[in-house]
Amino acid sequence: MTQTNPASERAAETHDIVGSGHTFGSVTDKISSIVQTTRTPKAWYVGFTISFAFLMLLMVSVAWLFVRGIGIWGINIPVGWGVDIVNFVWWIGIGHAGTLISAILLLMRQQWRTSINRFAEAMTLFAVSCAGLYPILHLGRPEYFYWLLPYPSTMGIWPQFRSPLMWDVFAVSTYATVSALFWFVGLIPDFATLRDRATSTTGQVIYGILAMGWRGSARHWRRYEQAYLLLAALATPLVVSVHTIVSFDFAVSVIPGWHTTIFPPYFVAGAIFAGFAMVLTIMLPLRAAYGLEDFVTLRHIRNMCYVLLASGLIVAYGYLMEVFFAWYSGNHYEAHVILNRFYGPYAWLYWALILTNIVIPQLLWFSRVRQNLLVVWLVAMSVNIGMWLERFVIIVISLHQDFLPSSWGMYTPTFWDWSTFFGTIGLFCSLLFLFLRFLPMISIFEMRELVHHVEDEAH
Amino acid sequence: MTHPPKDARGAVRAALARKGGRELWRSLDELAGTPAFEQLLADEFPRQASEPMDAVSRRKFLGLMGASLALGGLSGCIKQPLETIVPYVRPPEQLVPGTPLFFATAATLGGYATGILVESHEGRPTKIEGNPDHPASLGAVDAFTQASILSLYDPDRSQVVTHDAQISTWDALLAELEAALAAAAQDKGARLRLLTGTVTSPTMARQLELFLARFPAARWHQYEPVNRDNSLAGARLAFGEPLSLLPRLDAADVILALDCDFLACGPGHIRATRDFAAKRQPVATGVPGNRLYALESSPSITGAKADHRLPLAPGRIAAFARHLARRLGIAAAGEPPALDEGEARWLDAIATDLTAQGRRGHTAILAGEQLPPAIHALVHAANEALGNFGSTLFAIPAVEHRPENQTESLRQLVTEMMSGTLDTVVVLGGNPVYDAPADLHFAEALSRVKRRFRFGLYEDETSAACQWHGPETHYLESWSDARAFDGTVSLVQPLIAPLYSGRSAHEVLAILGGQAGQSSHDLVKSHWKSQASPPDFEAWWQKALHDGLIRDSAPAQATPKSTLAKLDFPEDPGHGLELLFRADPTIYDGRFANNGWLQELPKPLTKLTWDNAALIAPATARKLGLASEDAVTIELDGRSVRAPVFIVPGHCEGALTLHLGYGRWQGGRSLAGAGFNAYALRSTAAPWNAGGARVGRTGERWELACTQLHQNMKGRDLVRVESPAQGNDHGHHAGGEGHHPSMYPPVPYPGYAWGMAIDLNSCVGCNSCVVACQSENNIPVVGKDQVIRGREMHWIRVDTYHEGPPENPRTYHQPVPCMHCENAPCEVVCPVGATSHSEEGLNDMAYNRCVGTKYCSNNCPYKVRRFNFLQYSDYETPSLKMLANPNVTVRSLGVMEKCTFCVQRINAGRIKAEKEDRRVTDGEIVSACQAACPAQAIVFGDVNDPASRVSRLKAQQRNYSLLEELNAKPRTTYLSTLLNPNPALTKG
Repeated sequence: MTQTNPASERAAETHDIVGSGHTFGSVTDKISSIVQTTRTPKAWYVGFTISFAFLMLLMVSVAWLFVRGIGIWGINIPVGWGVDIVNFVWWIGIGHAGTLISAILLLMRQQWRTSINRFAEAMTLFAVSCAGLYPILHLGRPEYFYWLLPYPSTMGIWPQFRSPLMWDVFAVSTYATVSALFWFVGLIPDFATLRDRATSTTGQVIYGILAMGWRGSARHWRRYEQAYLLLAALATPLVVSVHTIVSFDFAVSVIPGWHTTIFPPYFVAGAIFAGFAMVLTIMLPLRAAYGLEDFVTLRHIRNMCYVLLASGLIVAYGYLMEVFFAWYSGNHYEAHVILNRFYGPYAWLYWALILTNIVIPQLLWFSRVRQNLLVVWLVAMSVNIGMWLERFVIIVISLHQDFLPSSWGMYTPTFWDWSTFFGTIGLFCSLLFLFLRFLPMISIFEMRELVHHVEDEAH
Repeated sequence: MTHPPKDARGAVRAALARKGGRELWRSLDELAGTPAFEQLLADEFPRQASEPMDAVSRRKFLGLMGASLALGGLSGCIKQPLETIVPYVRPPEQLVPGTPLFFATAATLGGYATGILVESHEGRPTKIEGNPDHPASLGAVDAFTQASILSLYDPDRSQVVTHDAQISTWDALLAELEAALAAAAQDKGARLRLLTGTVTSPTMARQLELFLARFPAARWHQYEPVNRDNSLAGARLAFGEPLSLLPRLDAADVILALDCDFLACGPGHIRATRDFAAKRQPVATGVPGNRLYALESSPSITGAKADHRLPLAPGRIAAFARHLARRLGIAAAGEPPALDEGEARWLDAIATDLTAQGRRGHTAILAGEQLPPAIHALVHAANEALGNFGSTLFAIPAVEHRPENQTESLRQLVTEMMSGTLDTVVVLGGNPVYDAPADLHFAEALSRVKRRFRFGLYEDETSAACQWHGPETHYLESWSDARAFDGTVSLVQPLIAPLYSGRSAHEVLAILGGQAGQSSHDLVKSHWKSQASPPDFEAWWQKALHDGLIRDSAPAQATPKSTLAKLDFPEDPGHGLELLFRADPTIYDGRFANNGWLQELPKPLTKLTWDNAALIAPATARKLGLASEDAVTIELDGRSVRAPVFIVPGHCEGALTLHLGYGRWQGGRSLAGAGFNAYALRSTAAPWNAGGARVGRTGERWELACTQLHQNMKGRDLVRVESPAQGNDHGHHAGGEGHHPSMYPPVPYPGYAWGMAIDLNSCVGCNSCVVACQSENNIPVVGKDQVIRGREMHWIRVDTYHEGPPENPRTYHQPVPCMHCENAPCEVVCPVGATSHSEEGLNDMAYNRCVGTKYCSNNCPYKVRRFNFLQYSDYETPSLKMLANPNVTVRSLGVMEKCTFCVQRINAGRIKAEKEDRRVTDGEIVSACQAACPAQAIVFGDVNDPASRVSRLKAQQRNYSLLEELNAKPRTTYLSTLLNPNPALTKG
């Protein structure tokens, strides 16, 4: 499966978005064979087992959390939100790339998106699932999470609509719903392909149900294209809205370091940054493992590096503006926040953030770096870490020293903070492995379209 | 299994019919043994019945229950138990269910009484308030007294008699004690000794005399680890008799405190705080009415309140006192060691100030207990020279019964015990095995006594060293009487029947004195009946109980005349490192070590909880290469302890302060592992200050639970200080609310608008409010590890800030409860509306609605919200259930909580006023913190009423809001603190 062919090498040279020499049949064969093979690769078993072990760690952590209460974490007064909300924002950020790639790039007619959108959408869904856990888990009384929903309570009590947490509920749940729909609709023609190619009855039945009667008629295709475009248009504002509203959790408060108007665009840029970094982080190993060099070409990687670089610079601008306004506002408390980031007890995290999020990604300016996939992967990994640190810096460092020095404190995550975090990574990876095994990770029909286009251009 | 009779049910029914319905429930037990009953069970529950009958399994229990229910139906429905139960047809007089009653009684500390009112809900005491009529209280109470209610319900209290650590009975103990007394009677008690603490109780004094009369050769020893040996000896030196000098600080314009923490320590400190704060109010010129100089070795809240504070080693303070006495013309001061330049400047300034025109009789010099007797004598003479006797200082004969040098008394006892000649020792109260000076080897001496009896509240270290331990009653469980610092007698009446099998000290003494069988009530009452009392004794008794004190029972004032012969001044021990032993500010001498409220109460200045530490000056720490939380070994005279270091700004150099009371090893769960035992270094020769200590580093760390890690205001305008000499210290004149623009119209508060004003000029940082709040609002204790994590639950905290050089900073206190902001940042961010505004301006918490997002706390600029990260409230311990205030919800895991302005008290007051069709009058509703405050620094009331006290305070120039620029419009505001510096000391 990992064999390379001369076509892929040519693709690497020409920066094509699909390796040459592919026909409809070869594309379908290549992608569906990953799913329809009867011999699951050993590496898959190894990866899934490790991921599943971490998922079980999550189950244990959550069970203990429900038994003992959130005091098993390191949070305290003044740091009421710690690694839990850091992880929430981090996962939500990662969950941005999918919809961005699918919807916005679709509307902009960026054809190169085709080979990465399915995968990025799946990643979005899994990341949002991980993120969605935290707002519930971080509650003191998680059993009452539904009180945040506007359901017709017999007591006549509604949620408090002025609270950004309330907005979060709508933003995140809408985003999750639309992303899932978008993903599913995009999968329907491929489900039909898999149904038709399935050799086992089980496969035929399951893929058949999921294909929802798709026969590939012209009418189907017409309706399908309309629906997909509409969904893309619907999803587009969500890309901006989700992280904007997540940033309101902080921007609406009075806490220095949180109370900042720059947060919405800065968070959205950060989310795109984080999302693309995560797509690269996972795509590069998969490309190698499943021999997808023809579909995910160096041009894709180059484009993603460009996005990474651009969004990273917006984020850097955000950091710069925070420092500037702390000085320019003349606000004593804001100035303290920045000085505390520079020199305080958590300063090493701030400088690590600057290194991983701003300094290291600048390597992507160089085309030789962009062609060295190992270095690209390391840069993407650095951004993943940096974006986690960014949320830690914003949330914890702002909270631990706010207005009254008498109430200042320190925050140290406990074992259970980390086990929950790594547990959600386990959840994410487990879902990812299942996705790789049972669903086409690259859109087959869109790749066929692409091959068609490329052929047209060639002739 | 035998063959069943044909009709088992019929047989049982027949048996029951013979018994008759009324005996049904009692006869079940009897029936259970009959074959018929067993058969019935076998028929009904065949499997269960085949189980062996001896083990009471759950199944069997259920089987029995089922069978008894079935049987219950056999002869009619009898639902009421047979025992006499009393319906509430004729309730006790005055008792209305749901309405608390208040009873006057008195709490003692070190023998001295403070008059208190105890709130009682349907017969269970829940809260301690001060008795406004009592001279030692005037309505306020300190943290110790507040927290003593937790000791009442402490599940670790001694509950049974033990003999060699085995549970025994009072009968056995008394038989043994009677036998010992009978043996002692042979030689008139020559080998019988009694050890108690300080006794001021007139009844107990009489009982002691009876005991000594019965056993003329016996001896009564008294020992308190925190005693008044030095001041009594000083009074003997000066006046020839042990007089007590009572300060009236509301008459003192200038106060000089020589190592004297009169705001926190010693009998009468609550009254001293009240008088000091009253005099501290600004006079017309905006300057405080008094000026306080404090020379102290270890930082105290008195020093923090001083206009001028000088950290000096104890030996230097003594030298300073002698120089001052010489200035005042007292020859006995001798030739003191020379003062350095700075000290001399202070001496000049203070001497000039004390003797200034018009100051005669309006000053007071107060000497701390740690100073040697000769210095006390000099201070008496100095006060006399300044004309203070009769105006700011009043002398009365010592309040204690038979005042004696307690250290000497204990030493004599130990010498006798060591010689092995003693037959019987009775230890009543105290805990000498733990707290006796280390050089006496008390435990070893005690073990050489044949019969050792111990009566105490806890089964502690001393109990473990005695064969017999009898549980003593708590003061809220028994009758007694006691004298206050000024000699006023209070009757101590019980609020509740003894929870366990305890007996009072009076009942034990009655056995020793030959009055066995008399209850403490009878003993106390008969004592007072025997005193010259009015014709209608019953009415007099009722009134004394009602008032909580016996009027005019204070002794007549003496007119002291000092005659100083040549005084012996001890050598300055200031060689090497000095150790300063002090009573702990929260657990005192160790008697409160198992009291969670006091263990978790942040100590004034250091804000440490659950530990004592070796407090050290920054410069000394630097010299020794030590940092806070370093574990060190402290060695003195060949004895050593392992202790954590804690750096305290303003500590005198070359010394370590060690608080007593920690490092206990027996007597409860809360005290386990807390702190180190400073008594292990304390000797009879140097009980307070000991020179020649050595500190060795261990390289280990000792984690301390400190609730305030930053004591620097960072240039922020938090505590405002006004000083006439320098103008406003922060360049921001206090007063007047800033006007911030708002997009919204102002919210009208047509009814009441509750608000609070905290006068920082009055506040001394004594912590009384913190414990009062904890008691009133059912605030749980979380333990050391949770405090380290930053999860303490106090609704009001006392912030301490230092300003200036670390060797001698100015220190300010600021109590911070919830500010009840009108534009509360917490309210808008709660997604479920669990915290919202009341129409009277309270920021309310609906615990039931809270889901625990903690967003409100994050968004609170004052960080006054507290979260139940774990299940902190004790739902399990039965005795602690009785402690809870029934009007306040006991919070569960996962909800936010915070100061409510005592909303339960507001509601009670409003309901009362509405029933009487009137508005709530000013001062009718008092928050718990306000009630407890000895300095009357906290005032709560209706800010809609311009005549209310709180409105008048808020109208003052000094009024300001904390973090006013955030426009949260807090309803709690502060009045800036004032300084009255001496220009002679501020220059240069």
